[in-house]
Amino acid sequence: MAMVRLALRSVFSRRVTAGLTLLAIAISVAMLLGVEKVRRDARGAFANTISGTDLVVGARSGAIQLLLYSVFRIGNATNNISWETYQDIGGFPRVLWTVPISLGDSHRGFRVMGTSSAYFEHYRYARTETLQFGSGGPFVDVFDAVLGAEVADRLGYALEDRIIVSHGAGDVSFVEHDDKPFRVAGILRPTGTPVDRTVHVSVQGFTAMHVDWMAGAPMPGLAITADEARGMDLTPKTITAFLVGLDRKIAIFDVQRRINDYSEEPVLAIIPGVALQELWDLMSVAENLLRFVSAMVVATGLLGMLTVILSSLEARRREMAVLRSVGARPLHVFALFMSEAMVFALVGAAAGVVLLYVALLVGQPIVAREFGLHLPIALPGPGDWWIIAAVVAAGTAAGAVPAIRAYRLSLADGLSMRI
Amino acid sequence: MIVEIDRVRFAWKSGQRDILDITRLEITAGERVFIEGPSGSGKSTLFSLLGGVVRPREGTVRVLQADISQMPAARRDRFRADHIGFVFQMFNLVPYLSMMDNVVLPCRFSHRRFERAQTRSGSPEAEARRLLVRLGLEPAELLARPVTELSIGQQQRVAIARALIGAPELIMADEPTSALDEGTRKRFLQVLSEQCDEAGVSLLFASHDTRLGALFDRRISLDELNRNGAGMPGQAP
Ligand SMILES: Nc1ncnc2c1ncn2[C@@H]1O[C@H](COP(=O)(O)OP(=O)(O)OP(=O)(O)O)[C@@H](O)[C@H]1O
Ligand SMILES: [Mg+2]
Repeated sequence: MAMVRLALRSVFSRRVTAGLTLLAIAISVAMLLGVEKVRRDARGAFANTISGTDLVVGARSGAIQLLLYSVFRIGNATNNISWETYQDIGGFPRVLWTVPISLGDSHRGFRVMGTSSAYFEHYRYARTETLQFGSGGPFVDVFDAVLGAEVADRLGYALEDRIIVSHGAGDVSFVEHDDKPFRVAGILRPTGTPVDRTVHVSVQGFTAMHVDWMAGAPMPGLAITADEARGMDLTPKTITAFLVGLDRKIAIFDVQRRINDYSEEPVLAIIPGVALQELWDLMSVAENLLRFVSAMVVATGLLGMLTVILSSLEARRREMAVLRSVGARPLHVFALFMSEAMVFALVGAAAGVVLLYVALLVGQPIVAREFGLHLPIALPGPGDWWIIAAVVAAGTAAGAVPAIRAYRLSLADGLSMRI
Repeated sequence: MIVEIDRVRFAWKSGQRDILDITRLEITAGERVFIEGPSGSGKSTLFSLLGGVVRPREGTVRVLQADISQMPAARRDRFRADHIGFVFQMFNLVPYLSMMDNVVLPCRFSHRRFERAQTRSGSPEAEARRLLVRLGLEPAELLARPVTELSIGQQQRVAIARALIGAPELIMADEPTSALDEGTRKRFLQVLSEQCDEAGVSLLFASHDTRLGALFDRRISLDELNRNGAGMPGQAP
């Protein structure tokens, strides 16, 4: 214990070098913990995005791709499915409800999704939460829109505002559906899911925007006004995907098989949780790589510490002789250098935790805005404590290298003050 | 008898020539002994042997009647901490500790010296303060400064205080004055002798500067004592 106090003093007396060494360790620990946190929170956020939906059905493609574009608004569908198929499958036994999803347009960087009012009723997130309206309500008219909380917040929209939807999902679009503006009918409460970043319109409204379009471009010479469109049959010919709820969970695999065997059109039904698991399996390579890199950064930080301690050794042979003369045993000298490494690792890890929280405080709103990922600021979890303990243990263990050298030197030098 | 050496041979590395080969050396309690010998003659080596930092290849070394050459390393370290105070040539202080912490350092390794300091002044810190004042160092004014900022003369006096704290029976000073100028050296020797007398401590003082010998009860020439006479001729200043 006395040696730990000596080690503290010794480290403190070399504030500048020690400070830099500590900074390196702190940054590496913050990075390692940060990567873990983002990974964990991202998984949590993804897992919390959809629940209560038993199956997601779309055109036949990859399960992960379907999940990403239909639920997370990441990427685009390659194909649509026909309205007939949607109707057909909606009539399958055990199917309690279906909610259509049409994607492809955007509003100032936010995705626009065509759906039905049933969406607001059946969609669940964070296990059991339902969508709540902060103001207004579901669509009444064809040209009504319901905004996610973030859309309204970022773009400063209020009820009854008019918005114009752009064609295509890009941030910058050159073609706008400016002839058919939408009225803001409702604004949802924040959910921490991609719903916050979505502009919801009815599938009819979505179709109406495109009645005078063909093959992805406005038809020259043909312009249909909003009011004219209102009078037309706005049943969509195709939709992008749809959500399915069953009356009995036990039937989930049967219904999935039936949908996947559907002969009229190649469609794919996925169970969200299963597809999510596939996504994690896919991501785990990248995650592990990231973890590996962070671990290497920590190792580099600890190596820096070793260099600092080792290079101080020669200059400290006198100090060791003095300690020996007042009764320190070679083992004490060993303990002194081990303790120094432990002080470095401990203080470095603690500073790393502080650094992480500072970074979180600063970065939280930015990450939420840019990536839609909410990083909650919470106390370190058990996984974090294990990481911190591992870093401290590794740093202390690394201290054995200079400690053993110091031990040998103090045995060989005895009381001789050689330099 | 505070020190008793009997037919001792010592070499730093096995197989190498013996640095020390001493048939007999006796020092009685309370004596102040000057050990002279040119550079490389083995003065520091003799102190390492008496301090139990190393053990002889042959023969016995007794300090305070205890045969330290037979003790296991851990016991020797404890024995040294309990009974012997050291003052070196220079760089006596642990640079990152305050003057106070440097002085009380032996009390951290030796329970005996801790208790003795406590009995004398109430606490090791109080005893350290008393010693520092006696040695002409005003702690209040110097305590705040890092020890590396002290002059060498001041550092050496701090080292004496550290050697004296907890009243060990024996103090070994290995060329403590060679870094000091004439005036400081005189004062240093005076203070050291005074303090040793006052505390009734035996003093072994090694130096190649034979002029200092006159101030001691007894002077021993290591070259005469040491049958191997390892001193390198022509190297003595
Ligand atoms: N720790 C050590 N390891 C190996 N050899 C040593 C060690 N210390 C001293 N020696 C050798 O032992 C011999 C005696 O050295 P020592 O330091 O005892 O002499 P000294 O009389 O104290 O000299 P000086 O007046 O220069 O201090 C020298 O040849 C020296 O090289
Ligand atoms: Mg010497």
